[in-house]
Amino acid sequence: MIPPAVGGLESPDYASHDHTAHAPYQPVFSAGSVARKELDELIPRYPQKMAALLPALWIVQRERGWVSNEGMAEVAGLLELTPAYVKGVVTFYTMYHQHPVGKYFIQVCTTSPCGICGADDVAKAFLRHTNTGDLGVTSADGKFTVIEVECLGACGFATPVMINEEFVESVTPDKVPEILARLK
Amino acid sequence: MGYPHQPHQRETTVLSRYFGDAEARTLAGWKSRGGYQALEKALAMAPADIVNVVKESGLRGRGGAGFPTGMKWSFMKPGDGKPHYLCCNADESEPGTFKDRELMRWTPHALVEGCAIGAYAIGAETAYIYIRGEFTEPLYWMNEAVKEAYAAGIIGKNAMGTGKRIDVHVHKGAGAYICGEETALMNSLEGRRGNPRIKPPFPAVSGLFGMPTTINNVETLIAAIPILMNGADWYKKMSLSNPKSTGTKLYSVCGNIERPGTYEVVMGFPFRDFLYDVCGGPLPGRKFKAVIPGGVSVPIQTMEEAEASLMDYEGFVAQGSMLGSGGVIVIDDAQSMVAVIARIARFFAHESCAQCTQCREGTAWTTKILERIRDGQGTTEDLDTLLDIAEQMTGKTICVLSDSCATPVVSGIKKFGREFGELIQGRTYVSVIEAVA
Repeated sequence: MIPPAVGGLESPDYASHDHTAHAPYQPVFSAGSVARKELDELIPRYPQKMAALLPALWIVQRERGWVSNEGMAEVAGLLELTPAYVKGVVTFYTMYHQHPVGKYFIQVCTTSPCGICGADDVAKAFLRHTNTGDLGVTSADGKFTVIEVECLGACGFATPVMINEEFVESVTPDKVPEILARLK
Repeated sequence: MGYPHQPHQRETTVLSRYFGDAEARTLAGWKSRGGYQALEKALAMAPADIVNVVKESGLRGRGGAGFPTGMKWSFMKPGDGKPHYLCCNADESEPGTFKDRELMRWTPHALVEGCAIGAYAIGAETAYIYIRGEFTEPLYWMNEAVKEAYAAGIIGKNAMGTGKRIDVHVHKGAGAYICGEETALMNSLEGRRGNPRIKPPFPAVSGLFGMPTTINNVETLIAAIPILMNGADWYKKMSLSNPKSTGTKLYSVCGNIERPGTYEVVMGFPFRDFLYDVCGGPLPGRKFKAVIPGGVSVPIQTMEEAEASLMDYEGFVAQGSMLGSGGVIVIDDAQSMVAVIARIARFFAHESCAQCTQCREGTAWTTKILERIRDGQGTTEDLDTLLDIAEQMTGKTICVLSDSCATPVVSGIKKFGREFGELIQGRTYVSVIEAVA
């Protein structure tokens, strides 16, 4: 008789190892796409194709919200690099998401100049009000991910918070609920 | 977002004159404020003459190291048959520094113009502006400015109708403090991990794509505009101190101070007046305790040192620190210096590229010890260990990130040893703050 599964250890439904179960990868830079056109304009700016790597990865992230292994492989093919090389580059930089993040990606600067102006409490307030619980964890509804970031370069406007592409400056813990209420 | 303050009467606004003036962001607005006249003038000069004017002006690099700009430009040998490149370092990431952000947000065309002048002066047809990825607003304005400048024929195949080719491209970084180091920036621009390179060869010999390259800070390139318009003598005279530090300097002021923001004063301005008068002094009921005058990589100053400093390259050195990037971080009596320094170390541990052992291990180990002391778990041997690690981290690595982490630790222990001692004798972070407050 097969013993019953230990609580919490059974495979969740989504953890399928059958690759056919996933939707096939749709290329970002398909022929005729805006992304392809952008990349074709970027490459001649540099004497070497490889220099278009960071910009190409930015396009992938803009289109898909993150940079998947398939996305890296696609960029590698276009720029005549290997997927492993591209992965090596991606992992060096903090801004490429290597897994999906919440609809609103919230980065709170807690480096020294903001730290002495109370940034830690701002980060805590974001964690509390988004119900994400911990840094880097996405809320259950997929809406929020909160991280601490090293120096956003807006130290005179402590505490700066970057929400997706937007800077919100001079944030204090009491302003957090109001800021979050604007994010639908 | 954040709007600049009204200039203080003791400021000298040369580069920051149009901060807050939204019209200056557009090509039409920039031109009506005298924009692109310096470039027109430059393109009618021989490149060597431009280099000479900049040399004569005494302009020194505004990114941190203070290397004479004209001399740097003169390292680029004309007619060597190789393509030359200009890199503009807009990867402003030194904690406490946000002056280049303001320059790019308010006067993006000034940077396009400065890059075009610099490129022409060093015999380069291409300039790349490497902007840190987090700077979404400066990136937006720089991209707009470059687009407008191309459409108007100011840059491109036939810059201002002179038949000279000057391309300016914006390149977006992706989050790495170390890419502000010049050779790491070049690696990153080439599509590599941002690891610094061993020098020599120096960039002027083998830089971007292996070709002769000059790399300048945003503020440095923009400063070339008024120098060309008004002459080297005019620039040199803007100094209250010594002939080695000339012109104006932008300072970004942050931390526990009444009026944080970006300020511009002439070289040699008294730091005491700057902190207490221009920037409004401490917050109500508080007292200044320490200042880091040039971003977290420079030694921490006590208030005695800060108040005796003249604001220029030599003035800060004479008082135990450095001008650095001009990122002034003010720390008041409500802060624990140990906590501040531990947080600085954590920053460097996070940003180490991990190439060199001393840095990879040293930044992390230093952070661990400092956080232990901060939390009241330190021992007296910890201080010796910290100083020993700091020595091992200084002058032994490919770039200076390692040294930069050691600097605040050593200066902090030397100058604020009492606070370390209080924590080590079993008292806590909170009780020290209460005791000091």
